[in-house]
Amino acid sequence: MTPLLAARGLACARGGVLVLEGLDLELAPGAALALRGPNGVGKTTLLRTLAGLQPPAAGTILAAPEAVAYAAHADGLKATLTAAENLGFWAAVHGTDAAGAALAALDLAALADRPAGNLSAGQKRRLGLARLLVTGRPLWLLDEPTVSLDAAAVARFAEVLRGHLARGGAALIATHADLALPEAGVLELAPFRARLRPVTRGDFDAAFG
Amino acid sequence: MSLWEYANPKKFMETSARLLPWVAGLAAAGLAVALVWGFFLTPDDFRQGATVRIVFVHVPAAMMAINAWVMMLVASLIWLVRRHHVSALAAKAAAPVGMVFTLVALVTGAVWGQPMWGTWWAWDPRLTSFLILFLFYLGYIALWEAVEDPDMAADLTGVLCLVGSVFALLSRYAVNFWNQGLHQGASLSVAPGERMDIVYRLPLYVAMAAFALLFLALVLARTRTEIRARRLKALIARERLA
Amino acid sequence: MRALLLRDLRLALRSGGGFGLSLAFFLIVAVLVPLGVGPEGATLARIAPGILWVGALLSCLLSLDRIFALDREDGSLELLATAPIPLEAVAAAKAAAHWLTTGLPLVAAAPLVGVLLNLPGQGTGWLVASLALGTPALSAIGTFGAALTVGLKRGGLLLSLLVLPLYIPTLVFGAEAVARGAAGLPAATPLLLLAGITAGAVALLPFATAAAIRVNLR
Repeated sequence: MTPLLAARGLACARGGVLVLEGLDLELAPGAALALRGPNGVGKTTLLRTLAGLQPPAAGTILAAPEAVAYAAHADGLKATLTAAENLGFWAAVHGTDAAGAALAALDLAALADRPAGNLSAGQKRRLGLARLLVTGRPLWLLDEPTVSLDAAAVARFAEVLRGHLARGGAALIATHADLALPEAGVLELAPFRARLRPVTRGDFDAAFG
Repeated sequence: MSLWEYANPKKFMETSARLLPWVAGLAAAGLAVALVWGFFLTPDDFRQGATVRIVFVHVPAAMMAINAWVMMLVASLIWLVRRHHVSALAAKAAAPVGMVFTLVALVTGAVWGQPMWGTWWAWDPRLTSFLILFLFYLGYIALWEAVEDPDMAADLTGVLCLVGSVFALLSRYAVNFWNQGLHQGASLSVAPGERMDIVYRLPLYVAMAAFALLFLALVLARTRTEIRARRLKALIARERLA
Repeated sequence: MRALLLRDLRLALRSGGGFGLSLAFFLIVAVLVPLGVGPEGATLARIAPGILWVGALLSCLLSLDRIFALDREDGSLELLATAPIPLEAVAAAKAAAHWLTTGLPLVAAAPLVGVLLNLPGQGTGWLVASLALGTPALSAIGTFGAALTVGLKRGGLLLSLLVLPLYIPTLVFGAEAVARGAAGLPAATPLLLLAGITAGAVALLPFATAAAIRVNLR
């Protein structure tokens, strides 16, 4: 089966400094992979690189075109639009009409007409995750998806995720929390941390570090 | 051996270190010759009197003010297409030099305009164009200063330089359209009859060459500084993480 | 692209969207100028084209920093960058939304403000025409400036410094068209040049805008 995402010898930089290097990665349809590692190891940087928001410092990324749905820390919600309007906008941008089903899937149907600014942090997060469903894209790149979700909502989201995988989707999830998703593989990022030599005398005349 | 080899920072540092004393020395010698010749060894003009001598600063400064922007445009294009860091840093280094030449052209123009036109400032198209050019330099430098990440700053200022060049050119035509002006024609016009006399033209040529060398020397020196600053920044960032 | 345009219009019209602020600013400028230069009708009529155009320029400037900054803050800009619409289309839609909420109201209010500044009656048509043709360029150029400064903490002042010099050709031809029209002279030439600048800016600047956003999202 062709993988949805494959990366070879990937290196990522943040603020001009290498953080990850030598990373190989493959995600087949139906697979989920949890990214783990201490704060600052480069989880967000890796996800942004895979989403195409920043170029890799080295290596190649192979992904099916228009396959990636990225969910960042921020949910991209407009406070003055209602939950349904927010989701409807993203559905229209992605050319789908799954907004109603997505609201129901994350238990938000009752809040559809509430302005997003009036939602609690957990409800906003659920709305942000519902956006993934309306994109209709197979590869989900999730950055700490369960932040500010309660136990019931985490279980709910795991169910949504499982459904997505069953439909042939895949997910790469940066998280510290337990996802209630035992079938997901785990990728520990710490071994791929870029090894930076300490600065020595001869370095100054080299090209830029 | 390709020309692009000089885009390697290390190679550039080596070559420019050897070149800089010669360029700076030639610029100083050229300026000394041109200014002494121009200021003390030329006759008074029959209409403009002694004030005509300001031409030996005004015209070369104005010429380099425009050429500096053109050089920035070329350097920005090279950076955007070929990603040579030296090119981006050279564009950054040239901007303040170009801005000062613009300022010199404006100030000497005002000093010249006072006795000739009876006013320090007139909204003449040429003067206005230079004032606008000054604003473009100001914005370009401000953007370099505002963006922290050096590659990001290089990209954004590069795009601004491209767009700005088009609008600077449009402004020039707009300003011509807006006011026909009282500035004399180009000082080195090729049209017969309008030409300056040879006694003025020769020292002016020397002055122009000297200003060009001065520009080159300043840009080389500033580019070297920028490269060193950039290296220092990279090393400090690395040391903090390692 | 249509969805984005509609969303931006809806956001502008909801409370706190800032719709109408630019128009109010335009009106205040038109009230302050006579208070500053004196009430003589002839003087006002003489400077009205310039004041109206400078006022339109400044009112446009006022709302520029909101174009991308809000989307950047709440994360929408990153999500839009990964969406199927190209960023060039996002840039064009943003400029169009800015024009519809800022430029178009100015065009509509211009005849009234022209009366306040004693603009001769024969100049009113030229004023409306020049603003209608010129303000889209102001929005397109401003969107480009907003994209350049979207990554900066306090980009507002820098944005004005970058954008105002780019506004010069538009201002010159726009004000010239009104001034000639008000004086009863043929004004088609500056108006056509203005239209040319607008056409060029609207067609080409979205590419520069998208490039700047890509750099800023890196």
